[in-house]
Parts: sequence; C-alpha cells; structure tokens
Amino acid sequence: MAITEGMLSPYRVLDLTNERGFICGKLLADLGADVIKIEKPGGDPARSIGPFYNDIPGPEKSLYWWAFNINKRAITLDIEGADGQAIFNRLLKKADVVLESFDPGHMEKLGLGYPALAQINPRVIMTSLSGFGQTGPYRDYKAPDIVVWALSGNAYLTGDPDRGPLSPSFPFAYIVAGAMQAAIGTMVALFHRGITGEGQWIDAAAQLSLVPFLGPEPLALWEEDETIIRRQGRLIRRYQQISAGKKAAWVDAPMLYECQDGDISFVAFAGPGMGESTAALSRWIESEGMAGETLRGVDWMEFEWQTVSQDIVDEISNDFIRFFKAHTKAELFEEAQKRDIMLYPVFTSKDLLEFDQLIDRQFWVDVEHPELRTSITYPGPFARPSETPLRKYRRAPLVGEHNEEIYLSELGLSKHDLSTLKQAKVI
Amino acid sequence: MTKKPFEGINVLDFTWIGVGPRTVSYLAYYGATVIKVESAARPDPVRHATPYKGGISGLERSYRFAYLQHVKRYDITLNLNHPKGIEIVKRLVDWADVVADGYTAGTMEKWGMGYEDLKKIKPDIIMLRTCMHGQTGPLAKLPGTGFTLTALSGFAAITGWPNRPPAGLYDAFTDSVVPLFNAVCLIAALDYRRRTGKGQLLDLSQHEVSIHSIAPLILDYTVNNREPKTQGNRLDYAAPHGIYRCEGDDRWCAIAVFTDAEWNSFCQAIGNPAWTKDSRFSSLSGRKQNEDELDELVEEWTSQHPPEEVMVRLQEAGIGAGLAANLKDLYENPQLKHYRCFEELDHPEMGKLSLYQPPGFTLSKADYERHRPPLLGEHNELVYTDILGIPDEEFVQLMTEGVFD
Repeated sequence: MAITEGMLSPYRVLDLTNERGFICGKLLADLGADVIKIEKPGGDPARSIGPFYNDIPGPEKSLYWWAFNINKRAITLDIEGADGQAIFNRLLKKADVVLESFDPGHMEKLGLGYPALAQINPRVIMTSLSGFGQTGPYRDYKAPDIVVWALSGNAYLTGDPDRGPLSPSFPFAYIVAGAMQAAIGTMVALFHRGITGEGQWIDAAAQLSLVPFLGPEPLALWEEDETIIRRQGRLIRRYQQISAGKKAAWVDAPMLYECQDGDISFVAFAGPGMGESTAALSRWIESEGMAGETLRGVDWMEFEWQTVSQDIVDEISNDFIRFFKAHTKAELFEEAQKRDIMLYPVFTSKDLLEFDQLIDRQFWVDVEHPELRTSITYPGPFARPSETPLRKYRRAPLVGEHNEEIYLSELGLSKHDLSTLKQAKVI
Repeated sequence: MTKKPFEGINVLDFTWIGVGPRTVSYLAYYGATVIKVESAARPDPVRHATPYKGGISGLERSYRFAYLQHVKRYDITLNLNHPKGIEIVKRLVDWADVVADGYTAGTMEKWGMGYEDLKKIKPDIIMLRTCMHGQTGPLAKLPGTGFTLTALSGFAAITGWPNRPPAGLYDAFTDSVVPLFNAVCLIAALDYRRRTGKGQLLDLSQHEVSIHSIAPLILDYTVNNREPKTQGNRLDYAAPHGIYRCEGDDRWCAIAVFTDAEWNSFCQAIGNPAWTKDSRFSSLSGRKQNEDELDELVEEWTSQHPPEEVMVRLQEAGIGAGLAANLKDLYENPQLKHYRCFEELDHPEMGKLSLYQPPGFTLSKADYERHRPPLLGEHNELVYTDILGIPDEEFVQLMTEGVFD
C-alpha cells in the first residue's frame, strides 16, 4: 500500500459550508478524505474575510480562507438552479458526505434536504451545522459568532469583573465548538454506515456545543443554592465548603499575572499530585528572598483551598505578583521547566513560532503558493498517526481551480458542456 | 434493531482529569464499552476537585468528576505497581480495541505499556495518546493543565479589552477544545481499522491541536508579521458589534450588525431615533470610524430594555442578537431545553444530579447514552470476573494481595 494512504482516503466529501464550518472539512481532508469545496460561481463570500496576504484584500488573498480550506479541492457551482442541481446530484451519487452550514431550512428550500439527498444516494451522510440547530424555537434566529457565544453562557463568564461580558477577539466559537462537533458527528455516522450500510442526517448546533465549555462550577453553584457565578477575568475562583443553609463562598487568586514583558499563567494547585509545582515555585521565590512569612509557612501538600481565608490568599498572591513582575517571560518559563513548575507564558504568535518544542516536532510546515512565487508557514499536522500520516499540505484552492479536473475528467462533461454552463453562470 | 455505532468496541481508558475522558466520551455516547482504570491509592485527581455536592467532601461527590464522567463507563481499580496488576492489565489490553492514555509522556512506558508493548499483546490495537506537548521533543514531559495551556496556545492573548492586559478565557478552555480534535482522529482510526484491520499509535499534542483553532492569526504573523490584538467585542467587518448593557442587574445582550441592509433593519427595529439618521452611520466604514460614539448610542437604547426584549425585537427584524446568558438563563433557555441540554441523573451518593453535556450534535439514526458517573472501583467484580473470566476464588485472593488497590 502506498504510504500516502490516509485514514479517510476512500471517502469523498462535498463541502458546502461557509466560514462557520470550513474547519470541519479541513480536518477530514487532512486525514485523507477527498474534500471538494463547492463555491458559488465567482467565489465564496468568505474569501472577503481578512486578514489578507500583504494586507491586500482579494478573493485569492484571504488568510482565513487559506487557513481553513487547505488540502481541499474546489469547484464553482450554482446549486440553486436546475442545471446546477443536476450536476450536484451527479456528484452526490459518488459522495459519502455532504457538509453544509446554511441557515436551517435553506437546503430544503432548494430541494436538497436530507430526504431528497438520501433518495439519490441512500448511503450519503449529510451534516448540517448551524448556530442553534435544525429544530426548536431558535432555529431561525440569526446566529453570528458573538451571539452564539453570548447565548451559550460563555460571554457572561468571560472578561474583567468591572466590565461587561467579553468574546474573544477572533470569532472562533463556531470553529472550536460547532464545526468540530460536526466533524465528530460525521465520523460517528461514517463508522455507523460501515455497519448498517445506511447514511443519516447530523444536526450540529454551536450553542449546544459551547455550553459544556463553562465547566462544572456555574452549574454546581446554581444547583447548590442558586448562586450565579459572574466573570472573574484573570482570577481563578476556589469554592469553599458549603454547609447546609449557608450560601456558597469562595476565595480568588490570580491565574494570569503580569511579568516584566508580558503575562504568564500560573495556577497554585495544592495537595499531592499537583501541589508539587506550587511548592517548587515557593522554594524558588524563597531562594530569591522574596517570600513573606505566610508563604514560607505554607506546606503545599497540606494546603486546603477549601478552608483558607481570602486574607491569607492575598498575602500569598502578592508575593507571587511581586516575584513575577521582577522577571521576564523567558526567565520564568526557562526556570520553571528546570524546577517542574507548571508556569506558562501567555504566548502570542511570535512566541508560538519560536517555541522549541513545536520546532523540534516539525509542527510548522512551509506550503507552496506558486502563483505568489512564495511559500508560507502554516500550523502542521494536528495529529501524528503512526500508520497513516496526515496529508502533506496543498494550499487552499483558487476559485474554480478544479473545475476541469472534476467536471471533465471525473464527471465526463465535454468542453462544450462546460463552456455552456459557464456562460449560463452555473459554473 | 439497528446496532449502535460503536457497539462491540472496547476501550481501556487510562485517561484522567479533563481531556482524555471527554475524548473517550464520544465513543461511550454511542455504545462502546469503556473501562476506566484508576488506582485506589491515587484515584483520578478530579475526584478531589471542589465544589462538592452539598459541600460535603468525598471521592464520589465532586461536581467536576461527575461532569467529566457522565457517560457510561465501568470503573475499576488496579495496582500497576504490583506484578500481578501488570499481568491483569495485559489481559485487558487483549480485550481492548482502543487504549487511551492521558498521562504525561513516558508514564505508560514505566509500566511496560508503551505502544510497542501493547502491539505485542494486541497487534491491531489503537493507542490514543493525548498529553500537553506530544510524545516526542525536548518538552514532551513538561506537565501542565488546561488553564495554563490556554495561555500557551495563544487563546488568552486574544481575549481582552484594548489597552489592558488580556482577561483570558474562563475555566480550562483548551480542555474543551482538545477532546473534539482527538475524537475526530480516534474515530477516523477506528474506521480505518474496521476497513483494513490495522491499528496504530495516535500521538496528539494538546498544544498543537489548540493552535489549529486560530490558524488565520498564525498566518497573519507568518505572512504580515502582525501579532493579534485584543479588541474587546469588536470585529473588523461589523458595527455595531458588541455586548451591550441592558436593564437589570448585570444584564447584557450581544448585537451584531454586518451589512447596511441589516443596519437599516436595526434602526427600524429600535424605532428610528434621530441619531440613526446621522449620515456618519449610514455605511459600514462610517460606523467603524465612529464606533465609540455608535456603541454609546446603542447602549443608551439597550439599557432601557431587558435583554430578552432586545434580543427578541432584533431577531424578529433579522438582526443577530442574543442575551449574555447566565446559568439561570441557560436552564430556562427554550432552545437548550429542546435539545435536552440539562438532564437529571440519579447518583447513589450525590442524589439528584443535573448535568449538561450531550454531544453537540444529533444523529438521525442513533441516540446517545448518558449515565451517572461511576464510583471508584465500582465494577471490579464485573470486569475481573465476568469480562476477564477470573474465577471468584482467585479474584478474592488477588484482592487480599492488594492487586486491586
């Protein structure tokens, strides 16, 4: 067997997603599936999302498009008209998966809902990704990233306590939650089909996917005594023993700290298994003469967040704050590694690109962009399977780049057909 | 009756804390048999995580453990430092299709349980390994948690207000992101094995996986040499785009207006106050240029209405809007109810337990399973005698020798 065989090599995926869902097909493509991105004639509107190559906007310059459509092929096709649908249905016969992230109901309106697709190809798996799901009272709600983030409870808990709820400055709620769930659902259904021979419909909902990101505390406190947890910014909250009839109580300690040239992350864990890291940090602070009496007296194996007072926590935290402020990110990270302290810098892109571990694992890969006569560094394989290495990157497709390859060679259309369809703006 | 997707797939689960359990859950949701291996001397540390149910500490009372282990799995205790413990674990490897390892790199090797060892026992085994930095490289053994990895992955740096240090994300954010990538790879490997009969080792670095979520920002650096900025709730191609104060105590609503057509609908929906006619706001570029003022004016309006009303009124006009939900709002949210987001389970020690965590997708031909979290060593007898076929007398003998400690 050729070494280029990937885990998903036998599968063909028709990818109709917009920017919300690109990463779903991208992962399947990395794993070896033949993913064909189907764009509107003229190109996908998401090609206008920045940032852009050399800051020059243009459909072939969107870094957003490049990052999440790598390893796919692309054709242009108007799936709204009859001619386009006839071609789509021919592609469908040989497809294993159809991915889409239109507003719910759009595919049905086009006559391309799951029952219609299944009639043409009963083995096909249709994966629909949306903000709120294909059914339910919010099905038709507009669902931009920040809205889904807010309605999933994440915004309320993100951000500084003295300001309003916050969303990340890069809209990745759909990417890290909904589109990934769509990818998992697709894989479960592909595996299931291997047993039953039948396809099915997957309804992936970003809101539902994002709720578990809250972790258990907000739910636990609500369950215990209807306490509503609010955002705490750079702090980490430790819950104290709740006794019957008493409201929940907690202490706060920093999780993000400023240092000389940026920020670092450190969580003071206690008890066997995790407390060693904090003990090692305390020894280091002490060795530099910066540990106060309270910190010097703490045994991190015995320390209990459940019973300590906020005053004590503040005394300890202030020692940490002063100590970190006196050092640089690099100093802290380097020494932390030597001392087995779980302390990490708040990395920016530059830090990531220069990080030894990622360089040693050859995570960064250079991808050729022949039209631009250059190669560009991308994040490399997301997994390292021993038998089926991930596909070597091929830059994201240009508008209609594989039209001839797919329509002429694979679908058997004639050049004349193609030219007619182009003039009719079907392709 | 249709078979469940993963019926007959056996998973031996050495993962703990957050990422591994949530990865394996996707197999358990759909019918795999999962055996979670703990040690009585050193159980999953999350069993010690506060808050506890009713404020009473105990190994079976941690909400965090419950939240991570709500899909059916058998729980056994096994002493891997006992020679007979190693013998037994080898028999379990032979039973398994998948071995999942979430320990720091090198831990499994210490027990003679590296991939090469497992392969000798079961040639077609799939071994999923998920640790902070992957199995190779100078920092492979560097420990960490999802809290710190969120900083190291570049997520913390892009979440904050301009001219302030980053606020970072809530909880151990990457612990929610990483399992999703892991699960895609793991199921793909199972599918490959189903077709070809071949197992393999899957090495996933939690750090590498996380970086993929922000790949366009990485390219902005490698191409344009630009570092990402924190910009509050703003987005380059929309305005207004933010989370605005509403009537009530700490009540807020997100609003996102992209196109000029949406802007016109927005103005109409809020009753066309005079300021909306200001020509500076009539185009997206104008709204971006005067965004500070625009945000103040929008908030002047929102602060006079409860967030539910802002949301419904704008959504009815076709504008993206959503209240910044707190836990109570989530409980009452009709859409989440519709998808059975919160379901109550019965737990022998914790009593009634409400948890959120169905998968984020629904399959039309397979339902998912949920189950209360298992107790420490709850299924020792079932696993050792029924599944492995150890005779009862030997089981008792091994127990007294401390093999199951």
